[in-house]
Amino acid sequence: MSAARGGPEGAWGQFSKGVFRLNPIFVIILGLCPALAVSVSVANAIGMGAAATFVLLGSTLVVSSLMGTLRRFFSPPLYRQVQRIRIPIYIVVIASFVTIVDLVMHAWAPALHARLGIFVPLIVVNCIILGRAEAFASRHGVGASLLDALGMGLGFTLALCLLSAVRELLGAGRLFGAPVFGPAFRPALVMTLAPGALITLGLLMGLFRYRRLRRGDDGLL
Amino acid sequence: MDFFELLMIFVGVVLVHNFIFSRFLGLCPYVGVSERIPSAMGMGMAVIFVMTMSSVITWAVYEWVLVPCGITYLYIIAFILVIASFVQLVEMFLQKSVPALYRALGIYLPLITTNCAVLGVATLNRQEFFGTPGSLLKCVVQGFGGGVGFMLAMVIMAGIRERLDLADVPEALKGIPIALITAGLISMAFLGFSGLSF
Repeated sequence: MSAARGGPEGAWGQFSKGVFRLNPIFVIILGLCPALAVSVSVANAIGMGAAATFVLLGSTLVVSSLMGTLRRFFSPPLYRQVQRIRIPIYIVVIASFVTIVDLVMHAWAPALHARLGIFVPLIVVNCIILGRAEAFASRHGVGASLLDALGMGLGFTLALCLLSAVRELLGAGRLFGAPVFGPAFRPALVMTLAPGALITLGLLMGLFRYRRLRRGDDGLL
Repeated sequence: MDFFELLMIFVGVVLVHNFIFSRFLGLCPYVGVSERIPSAMGMGMAVIFVMTMSSVITWAVYEWVLVPCGITYLYIIAFILVIASFVQLVEMFLQKSVPALYRALGIYLPLITTNCAVLGVATLNRQEFFGTPGSLLKCVVQGFGGGVGFMLAMVIMAGIRERLDLADVPEALKGIPIALITAGLISMAFLGFSGLSF
């Protein structure tokens, strides 16, 4: 399964692996907290996904170009010294982009900002972003890293949308805020509360894994 | 501000708004380290300590540095840096002076930096308490209570997962999926606490 870890070569492979095969939520299982907390409605999910994707793209751009430049211009011993403090560097870069998102969202989409609550500042500790910076962006060129970040961000957003669509449909009988079923439908309130989130995610994750097991591709987890 | 108010904050954060079962903070370590009761206890202890201390430190940084300088909008960067360096410092201190405790907590400490419950409690403190009278004490209680609630959730889950090993779980649900579904059922039970009011 070495191909599954590195992903197939080529631009399309770098981009598409994050969407499905290495989906951050369902397959790598990173970034669960925001996924569960904001997936009450599809609108929230798209807002969170867009914010996380922006931070992912920005931090990837800075980290990959910074580490690439340092690798080229520093002597190897000096570069190894820099490597020892790479995690704090990543965290500062990520936190700066999160601050940008936080302020922009507060100014332009205050309602969304209020609904997402503390999960906007908490994008800093979203493991997907630090994970991609460490595992991919610091070792690859800017172009490949941006494609990887875009794919991962899209995969995260799609996973959030799937999760929130199930919860919004069953918990409120709506999709994008518009009623879907007739007035006779009685929504299951529990789906919009905490238990619904955990159970839906568990079942969806099981579904993804069932699909992999059926195809005999179980080398990932 | 009296003792009663602090008690309400504590009970609220441990049972009603439990960090894991109702606020979804700190799920990664919750899923990752809750397989055996001893490791769940170790992680819980480390989280209680770090959450209490980082509540105090972020309060001090915010009130004494960020507010006087007028740069409160940089709180995200300041908080995460302070928490990360605090965890690093604790690790170094324990390694030198209390090696037994370091060995017990050792592997869990670095994991805590990316535990969103720690940054989460600092952000919640900022939203709810900063600038109100007695804010430091409330922050400490919320940090400590949050850690206790986290440990409670971890230990309950570890107890169940030790038995789950013997159960006949469908292949596709083994491991994390069944852990999440179990957590969902526990959190349904915890919903009962939401009627708890004084």
